[in-house]
Amino acid sequence: MSADAGQHDAAQHDAAPHDSGQRDAGQRDLFRGVSESDGQPAAKRSSGTVKGIAVKSVPAFVAGEELADLADKDPRIVAMTADLASASRLADFGQRHPARFFDLGIAEKNMITAAAGLASTGHIPFVGTFASFAALLGFEQIRTDCAYPGMPVRILAHHAGMSMGYYGTSHHALEDLAAMRAVAALTVACAADANQLRAMLRASLELPGAVYLRLGRGRDPEVYAAVPEGFEFGRAVRLREGSDATIITTGSELHPSLAAAELLAAGGCEVRVVDMHTVKPLDVPAVLAAARETGAVVTVEEHSIIGGLGSAVAEVLADHRLAVPFRRHGIEDEYVLIGPPAALYAHYRLDAAGIAAVVRETCAAPAAVREQPAAR
Amino acid sequence: MKTTATQTASAADLGRLADRALFIRLETLRLTRIAGAGHYSGTFSAAEVLAALYYHQLRIDPTRPDWPDRDRFVLSKGHAAIGLYPVLADLGYFDPAELDSYTRLGSPFGDHPDMRKVAGIDFSSGSLGHGLSIGLGMALGGRIQRRDFRVYVMVGDGELAEGQIWEAVMAASHFGLGSLVCIVDRNQLCIDGPTEEVMSVEPLDERFAAFGWEVQRIDGHDLTAILGAFGQLGPPGAGRPQVIIADTVKGKGVSRMELDVNWHVGNLGPDDYEAVRAELIAGAAR
Repeated sequence: MSADAGQHDAAQHDAAPHDSGQRDAGQRDLFRGVSESDGQPAAKRSSGTVKGIAVKSVPAFVAGEELADLADKDPRIVAMTADLASASRLADFGQRHPARFFDLGIAEKNMITAAAGLASTGHIPFVGTFASFAALLGFEQIRTDCAYPGMPVRILAHHAGMSMGYYGTSHHALEDLAAMRAVAALTVACAADANQLRAMLRASLELPGAVYLRLGRGRDPEVYAAVPEGFEFGRAVRLREGSDATIITTGSELHPSLAAAELLAAGGCEVRVVDMHTVKPLDVPAVLAAARETGAVVTVEEHSIIGGLGSAVAEVLADHRLAVPFRRHGIEDEYVLIGPPAALYAHYRLDAAGIAAVVRETCAAPAAVREQPAAR
Repeated sequence: MKTTATQTASAADLGRLADRALFIRLETLRLTRIAGAGHYSGTFSAAEVLAALYYHQLRIDPTRPDWPDRDRFVLSKGHAAIGLYPVLADLGYFDPAELDSYTRLGSPFGDHPDMRKVAGIDFSSGSLGHGLSIGLGMALGGRIQRRDFRVYVMVGDGELAEGQIWEAVMAASHFGLGSLVCIVDRNQLCIDGPTEEVMSVEPLDERFAAFGWEVQRIDGHDLTAILGAFGQLGPPGAGRPQVIIADTVKGKGVSRMELDVNWHVGNLGPDDYEAVRAELIAGAAR
């Protein structure tokens, strides 16, 4: 990749991620992750910028560095990838811990199962690949070889949702939360930004069993200004208070949900925003509190409305007979259009303006929402 | 390539292993009767190799099933677990009386082995095509930790149609894992018929060799040949993974079952049970 291309990307990333359909024209660097145009050795990118983006704001890009730091003190940690060391920046780990880094080539099933075998010898393998290939291609390997025998394998499912834009449905993972949520003894969590990802990686070291960590495309803007203290899998975080409704969201949709809350506040509607980073086990008390205290709930996820966070919350509301206005917002039961990610987010109303509109609809006409989907 | 035994075992040793192979077959009969159905024939084909592994080859300590330096054994063809459980009990991993619960509600012993329920099982298996990848990971762990254990993985021949097997075959060669030993129970049949009719696997030795593996091919019912193949394994630190293709007969030892696809899973009635038991004992005495 040329330095020009890098600068082009840098300019694009000055924009917020959900507000422009144009910023993804430079998506050709997806498979390489970062260029060397910033002139820093990969292992030293803990500060500064990559193509103009602060490294701290690109979650998938910090996994390799964070894990390498952790591995300095923890001999159990190993990292694996399936020909995507650059896209995930696990290459940074490989440079610092080459004896504990394995690139399995384009063979995801073998990678996930081999990670389980490695785990049985006392290691904690972090296994990175696109979410579509991890959760969908590797579903049985995750279920049978990792979760069922309780192997501490951590799946780093990066480029989840439709973050790969015009790469298309083969590279999208809009069903992964549904699939993973059905697996017993598997922790399922979504990182919203780099700082939360660091917290998750650290917390995962003492968590028993297998973990599915859903990451974005590596360009998610910062939500947490620092690595959150006291992060706990299964304990939701209330990031904004409000009494008119609650947005329960996860991962990549946290940032636009917070922005949507600002838009709604300008119109006099104060919404609570809950970061349900762990989709399983779900923080049930947080859901109950949202329904009882704010009277309306909207779930927002970059995922099918079937089986993911929305379904998980709906199950809790139904089980507890909480008939509050409720809306699952995400991708309807369909395959999404081809387009750049930001354009897709706008089209499917998963940007701030779209989320705000959905919340208004839900509060205004709760019973009619599903029968009459709003025009796009 | 055929190999000849370079390691001489005493007649007493061989007799003891043959007796344990008979034990495996008889216990398979007994446990199948408890379950009401079982994988006789794919266990009978593996009996000599299992006996040679557990009573001769593996570096294990039944008093320390989690010993980090132990050799690992992964039964990728997990449906032969019915022949492995009695061996583990016999070696002292658990009380043989526990086997009487085989497949009954809440038993640790299912048709496929569960590492969390049965001491001595190094990894759970059952979904064919996974075991060699498990062994690959174990061998990588041994390399990282600078341990000299070997990892033995027994795969079936029908299982070789699974693509993941060849992902692992490639990777083991790529990483130069001499500690990984794959044993193919080449018993000729999968469920729907002979492998060469359902999905051909031959020439198996050439295929593994082309992927960079050291290959031995032996009569998998000849204990002298099995021990010879074990004796010819390179050191665990050697640069190439190693495969022993054990040519076997599915249903070996029971005339009505040998190379008959109808006996992949079955259940003998009371009269047939005694007849088959007598045939096995008589055959072992020859």
